This record gives sequence, structure tokens and C-alpha cells, in this order.
Amino acid sequence: MTEGVKLHGHVEAINWNRIQDEKDVEVWNRLVNNFWIPEKIPLSNDVQSWNTLTQEEQTLTMRVFTGLTLLDTLQGTVGAVSLIPDSITQHEEAVYTNIAFMESVHAKSYSSIFSTLCSSKEIDEAFRWSLENENLQKKAQIVESYYHGDDPLKKKVASTLLESFLFYSGFYLPMYWSSRAKLTNTADLIRLIIRDEAVHGYYIGYKYQKGLEKLSEERRAELKEYTFELMYELYENEVQYTHDLYDGVGLSEDVKKFLHYNANKALMNLGYEAMFPSSVTDVNPSILSALSPNADENHDFFSGSGSSYVIGKAVNTEDEDWDF
Amino acid sequence: MPDAATTTSSRLIYFSSASGNTARFVEKLGAEAARIPLYARDPELTAQEPFVLLLPTYGGEEGKHSIPPQVLRFLKQEQNRKNLRGVIGAGNTNFGTAYCLAARKISAKCDVPLLYRFELMGTPDDVHNVSQGLEEFWKHLSRSRP
Repeated sequence: MTEGVKLHGHVEAINWNRIQDEKDVEVWNRLVNNFWIPEKIPLSNDVQSWNTLTQEEQTLTMRVFTGLTLLDTLQGTVGAVSLIPDSITQHEEAVYTNIAFMESVHAKSYSSIFSTLCSSKEIDEAFRWSLENENLQKKAQIVESYYHGDDPLKKKVASTLLESFLFYSGFYLPMYWSSRAKLTNTADLIRLIIRDEAVHGYYIGYKYQKGLEKLSEERRAELKEYTFELMYELYENEVQYTHDLYDGVGLSEDVKKFLHYNANKALMNLGYEAMFPSSVTDVNPSILSALSPNADENHDFFSGSGSSYVIGKAVNTEDEDWDF
Repeated sequence: MPDAATTTSSRLIYFSSASGNTARFVEKLGAEAARIPLYARDPELTAQEPFVLLLPTYGGEEGKHSIPPQVLRFLKQEQNRKNLRGVIGAGNTNFGTAYCLAARKISAKCDVPLLYRFELMGTPDDVHNVSQGLEEFWKHLSRSRP
């Protein structure tokens, strides 16, 4: 599968004391400090909550998670690895190995959820669904075809769109359950994945932009056009996939807003302007707040009446951030 | 030491790392702004007038190290803390509780309002809100101060 991957022609020992790009060290440290494994999360506390879901809701949840497993598998074994030969620095290579490994941790963590909540028969059925769902297979195939291509920057675009956009039709559901106080431990685990994907998308998008800097105006224009074309292609497929999954529970329209919101963020990670206007990115506040507990607070000075303002909430300011 | 500093009268001072997301937002604002230097070898920046600070949070690490060292260095100068009037945060909701944490911490520590938060390099709406908001904010401050 990865026979195309080659490191440098000669073997050079990596020297972390000679840094060409500080971002490599910063992101490496961030990823290492964010490291986690699913075994640390008390998923079994969700068993009772799982049993309150209807059969249809359980099936939906399992399908969503097999879809996410598939993307993480692709990113861990093909996507992040395919970026290694195009690295500009050795430290960049090292960061991709970290990303690839974490994607495999993510893929495995869904199996932890399954084995805690479901029977083997149900698990097998959900995995069969993921093999047979046309739109899920199509999104994986679209991205995979670019991973096997020979354009380093196009690979980074495909990778960033996967990390920052394609996961979100799936991530929506655990956030939805969490907002209803269901499967809250599962949601805790998913939030760790969401956090990791943000760093991955940010870093790969950053490397893409570094790559653009050296190109002619024409090449840059071509890559921008390519990015938006790929985004549209993936978006259309994603809408179909969303309907396949969520029509039965009546959540498709809500999920689509979440897709638009994240598509904008994916484009921004690549340095491009948001594509969807705010009229279609107004994500349900309960979903936003499941994602980030204070993100929907709308009382900052600029959004409020202007007559009063709120001083930052009590946060721990006693850590090593401060020494004056 | 004093001759190693650069002074600024900008009403907007920002930090942006090598990835330049925040710098791009400031560009879109089209307002005159000063950037906090990236490297320790660069001369320090000193604010001579009241200003609003705009900075990103890259998230993670259980809330530790959320404030970039360059910004800490900048805030160590008493004159800069004295002239600070408000904070704007950039971030990513994917970082959960750490969303715009650096801006929230500075707001709490320095007792100035958190004016606005936006994600990554900001949407056109964010640019509009901050542009308008800053204008209102300075008007509001000049009214409430003799």
C-alpha cells in the first residue's frame, strides 16, 4: 500500500538542535503533550445511556463511528504517511509520523467504543455498512486518489480537507448526544480526537502555505482553483452522505450547517477565505457548546449592547504563564 | 536596553506566529497595527498610547503555556500593561475549553474586557464586527474619560 514511500536517498540522522522551521518543534511538542489513549476514558459509564437510545439511534451511531474509523484508517496508513517523502525538513517528517500514529489511535478508539457498547454481531453489521455505503466509499476514494498522486501540494490540500472537513458529518452526532447528556464519556473521547484533528489540519495547511510561497502566480492560482473544486466535489458527496445517515432522525439540515461551518475552517487552514456565508453556518448553539463550553457566549463587548462589558471569567492565571 | 526598544502609537497591537493567520486577519481589517516581534533577538515593542491587544491561542496542554512567550515578554513591560484597554482572541473551537484561552487569561489578569473572539483567520463577518466594534469601543472610552 505504501510502496511509493521513500525517505531521503541517503540516511541522515535527525538533529533536533538545528531547527529550520520553529513550527515543527512547536507542533511536535503540542502533539506529544496532547497524547492520549482510549483506555483512559471510562467508556463503560455510557452503557446505561446507550440503552436509552432507540434501535434506529443506535444503528445511526454505529454507522457514524464506522465511517469515522474508515477515515482515520485512511489517514493513518496512507494519508499522513504519503506526506513524509515531500517533507522539507526532517522534523516535518517526524511530525507526520506522530500524526499517522495518532490517527491509528483514533481508529482504534472507535473499536473501544464498539466493544463497550455493542454486540459483535452489531459491530460486524456496521462495518459491512461502511463497506457498502456508496457515499462513504466515494469520499475515501476521492481523497485516496490524491494521496497516490505525485503533486505534493495537492496531497496536502486533500489531507487538510480530510482532517478539517470530512470528519464533521460524523463528529456532529456525539456532540448532539452530549448536548442531550447522552454518551457523555464517548463525547469526551471524541473531543480529544477533534482537538487532535485541529492541530493536524493547522499544521498540514501551514506546510501547504509554505509550499505556495515559492510558486509562480499561475501555479498558485491553479492550486487555489483545484482546492475549491475538490471542496465542492467533496461537499456534494458529503451532503448525500449526511442524508443517508441523518434523514431518518430528522437532523440532516442541522448537520449541513455544521458541514458549512467546518468547510470554512478547512479553507482557512489552507489560507483561503471562508466560502459559506454566515446565513448557512449558524450551527445549533447546543452543538457549538458541546464542542467548546464557552464558545456560544454572546456577551463580549462587540456583540453586546456596548453599555457594559464582561471582564474575563475566572480562569487559572496562576500557572507558569505568568511571572510578572 | 532603552535603545533596543521600538515604540508604537498604534491602537491595535497583535501577535501572529509564522503561520500568519492573525496577521492575515489584521490585513483584512485594513487598520494601522503593530506586530509583536517573533524573535527574542528583535527589539522589544513598547506602546505609547492606549491599545487593544489581538492574539491567538493554539490550544491544548490543559490550559498551560497558552500565552505565546513573545506576548508574555511584551506584557512584562509595565507601560504596555498600563496602556492595555482590551483583548481580542483568535482561536479554534476544536480546542474546547481552551478556545481563545490566552485572550481570556490576559483579560482576567490585566482586568480589561475581552472584546471579541473569532476563529482562525476570521470570516468577513468577523472583520466587520471587529472593525465596527473597535470604532465604537474607542468612542465609548473617550466619552467615559474626561
